[in-house]
Amino acid sequence: MIPELGHFALIVALLVAIVQSILPMVGAARRDHALMGVAVTAARAQFGLVALAFGCLMWSFATSDFSVANVAANSNTHLPLRYRLAATWGSHEGSLLLWSLMLAGWGLAVSVFSRNLPQVLRARVLAVLGMVAIGFLLFLLTTSDPFTRLFPAPPEGRDLNPLLQDPGMVAHPPMLYMGYVGFSVAFAFAIAALIGGRLDAAWARWSRPWTTVAWSFLTIGIALGSIWAYYTLGWGGWWFWDPVENASFMPWLAGTALIHSLAVTEKRGAFRSWTVLLAIVAFSLSLIGTFLVRSGVLTSVHAFATDPARGLFILAFLAVVIGSSLVLYALRAGAVGAGGAFAPLSRESLLLGNNVLLVVALASVLLGTLYPLFVDALAVGKISVGPPYFDTVFYPLMAPLLFLVGVGPVAAWRRAPLPELWTRLRWAAGVAVVAAVLGPVAMGRWKPLVALGLLLAAWIAAATFAALAHRLRHAPQRTLAAKLGANAPAWYGMLLAHLGVAVFVAGVTLVKGYEIERDVRLDVGQSVVVAGDTYTFRGVTAVPGPNYDALVATIDVTRANREVTTLHPQKRTFRASGQAMTEASIERGIGGDHYVSLGEPITGSGASGAWAVRIYVKPFVDWIWGGCLLMALGGFTAVADRRYRLARARRAEPAAALAAST
Amino acid sequence: MTLKPLRWLIPVVVFAVIAGFLYAGLFRDPREVPSPLVGKQAPAFSLAELHAPDRHLSPADMRGQVWLLNVWASWCVSCREEHPLLVALAKTELVPIIGLDYKDKPGDGRAWLTDNGNPYAKSVMDTDGRAGIDWGVYGVPETFVVDRAGVIRYKQIGPLTEQALKQTILPLVRRLQAS
Amino acid sequence: MSVTRRLLLAACVAIVLAPTAHADDALDLRLRHLESGLRCLVCQNQTLAESDADLAADLRREVRELALAGRSDDEIRHYLVARYGDFVLYDPPLKPVTWLLWFGPFALLAVGAAAWVAVGRNRRRSRPDGAAEFEAEARRLLRAGATAPAEAGSGDAARKPLDA
Repeated sequence: MIPELGHFALIVALLVAIVQSILPMVGAARRDHALMGVAVTAARAQFGLVALAFGCLMWSFATSDFSVANVAANSNTHLPLRYRLAATWGSHEGSLLLWSLMLAGWGLAVSVFSRNLPQVLRARVLAVLGMVAIGFLLFLLTTSDPFTRLFPAPPEGRDLNPLLQDPGMVAHPPMLYMGYVGFSVAFAFAIAALIGGRLDAAWARWSRPWTTVAWSFLTIGIALGSIWAYYTLGWGGWWFWDPVENASFMPWLAGTALIHSLAVTEKRGAFRSWTVLLAIVAFSLSLIGTFLVRSGVLTSVHAFATDPARGLFILAFLAVVIGSSLVLYALRAGAVGAGGAFAPLSRESLLLGNNVLLVVALASVLLGTLYPLFVDALAVGKISVGPPYFDTVFYPLMAPLLFLVGVGPVAAWRRAPLPELWTRLRWAAGVAVVAAVLGPVAMGRWKPLVALGLLLAAWIAAATFAALAHRLRHAPQRTLAAKLGANAPAWYGMLLAHLGVAVFVAGVTLVKGYEIERDVRLDVGQSVVVAGDTYTFRGVTAVPGPNYDALVATIDVTRANREVTTLHPQKRTFRASGQAMTEASIERGIGGDHYVSLGEPITGSGASGAWAVRIYVKPFVDWIWGGCLLMALGGFTAVADRRYRLARARRAEPAAALAAST
Repeated sequence: MTLKPLRWLIPVVVFAVIAGFLYAGLFRDPREVPSPLVGKQAPAFSLAELHAPDRHLSPADMRGQVWLLNVWASWCVSCREEHPLLVALAKTELVPIIGLDYKDKPGDGRAWLTDNGNPYAKSVMDTDGRAGIDWGVYGVPETFVVDRAGVIRYKQIGPLTEQALKQTILPLVRRLQAS
Repeated sequence: MSVTRRLLLAACVAIVLAPTAHADDALDLRLRHLESGLRCLVCQNQTLAESDADLAADLRREVRELALAGRSDDEIRHYLVARYGDFVLYDPPLKPVTWLLWFGPFALLAVGAAAWVAVGRNRRRSRPDGAAEFEAEARRLLRAGATAPAEAGSGDAARKPLDA
């Protein structure tokens, strides 16, 4: 009964979504309050229904109800509970249901936190979200029903793909989807504003926090995926430029550009038509990413089982949603005003530079990701576009962008004369140069690219502190606490996120510059010295896991006769599927990781003979994800503490009026 | 200034182009890699015959006739799928089929042919897979069409299907035989 | 086994390993680098260096033999391209088909830079179209209590007089 209940809930949710997308839209056109009011009720009902369906599927997984085809294909009675629950989104169908749940969740959030929004705008925003929901619910019900029954029910399930039996599976997809789907809100605001024909201050003000929150979740989601790939694939890589990674990275780039251009639009009224385009593009890229992962047009590790019918459905949906949004944009964007004036050197101009670079980077990733498809479709060959291409194209675009990250926060709106910028930033420039010269020396070997990376990282960090110092020095308050309190959380959030960028860049630079990778053959008792540490192979023992059999190696790490750590990399063979998985063992540290993973047995039956062992030293690799975490924290800080900001806004009123009149 | 209104259309045009390619992509298999060897001289090998290990066969021996090279192995699951088609094709005697027994144990290969029927004029053993690499084999089974001059004209990746045989391979063979 | 004996043994092993391991190291490193830029044809998401596929192992063997025979990296890549096509190269070669791929981003950057300069010039003078109205609206919103989550930047706005 439970699966049927879930299925029924989805059908009702679809009907509700149809109501949600039509009635409020009509109401907004006729200024009919009753019809517009339907939006809020419908959004909440829709969340309740989709959550119910999701709960039903989760229940079927939790109770191992193998009469549900999806459960039989992706679970197993020996699977630990947390992975049975995570298996809910382990398949194409389940993850699509997660998508819908997130979408409904964002709709609910809009309905709750938008009491002060003009009713017409709110009705339109929720109606647009309803339209998107129609597409996904239809997709679920027609081609990807997660509740299909099997008769007779098999006694045992086929098990979740071993690659997915990992804590990463519990956290990464929900976070990623939260971000991906969250851009739907910015999208809905953009469409609502275009329909109303007014890209006004209300639109910019309201879009901003939603975009920032979605972006923060996406940042965390991507970082979690990266950590997961790092330890689970056994090769110590943290980013592969795989099409599916790119599919999540492109909306992130668009979202990053959007956050910055929204700042200009909100404060200065400039770039309005550009900002609204970015809002459409960010969500469109989320949808295109969904298509790429599920249609099978590109080969990827992460891709779901593919089916042309599904591909066709999403493509048609894409064409309708993105196509009509962009046509609407073409019709309305021309009528938008240009906003306030600014000098070629001003915060507006610098943020425009940020947008140019981010969008070019985004276009490059898109081009590289789709190019094999272009070449194939035109029947002029078959090529691969991999990390060497992306590294060559992406990094040169990032260097000037990172430079701007340092300048932007200290530049004034309207006009930021060069001498003034230099006064504010000169010591930051000094710090950056010193770091670029000394950093690589401290690491033991001077490399020009490392010097450049550290230059930029130190530049951003120092310039961020320079921005803080400048504000505090010129604040009228007396005490430091009062000076600190005079700034909005949004401003601290921005600084924190920029600091995250600095930490991220430092991590990437150092790990790329100094990582050591050694593949060695080790007999029991044999050792090898890597980067001053002695790794001694103590052999392999068989240890049964809940649904797999593991061979667990013991490797002692010593330095100058002192024990550093003992690592236990594993080779797991899953009983249900017979698939083998490598589980790396990592000693993490702020200065870098010791990373050991098992290759293949070379002699003997495995337990006693020699093994191929991969020993990697990854300096400062954790800074990469630490940086991402800081960026996300910055985003959350920017939108947190609402009451505080309300109070501040009231006090700020005369000042703002003054500012606007200058 | 006349271009001004048009620039708002750029995004939708870019999207239309991308969508067009995505649509085309739905009907193509991204995993199928076309061989650069088509249109080139068939790579040479000299390999022992499966049923007469003291005799060697090389593509040069097939000069003057159109022939098929079918890459197979006893361990290959999808070879079973295409095998009846090959057996039927051999019975028609339209075109000689040479088998390349790829990375197989000779005993296993012979036993497999005894069980499933032997469509091959001759089979050779590529025990270490080197000839396979020279021919750009990456997924067994694969089938090559070679013309009278020893030039590879077509490559089928994966199991033969009735459709591929009737619509592509046999018409091509007839054309090559006629010329 | 006492600690000292274990250490001694470790040292011996290290010494025994050292010379051979060293000679191999340079080659291993070179091959590793070369192979991680090549795509496996069976597991198409893995590099030749990572893939556990049979064919990948065979190709690694061929590559090693070619390297030992003194062939350069380019010659080895050419050997593979002749058999499997450009598909094996993760680094797409520069040829007319890939011109758009390689030059597109930089052409776009040039367009973007030109747009940046053009906008910078255009906006020097205030244009009345909507700017004043927009600012009035922004001010009204601020006065209305700036309501709910949208007002991420009001503090920043308040700061403007200090910046100016």
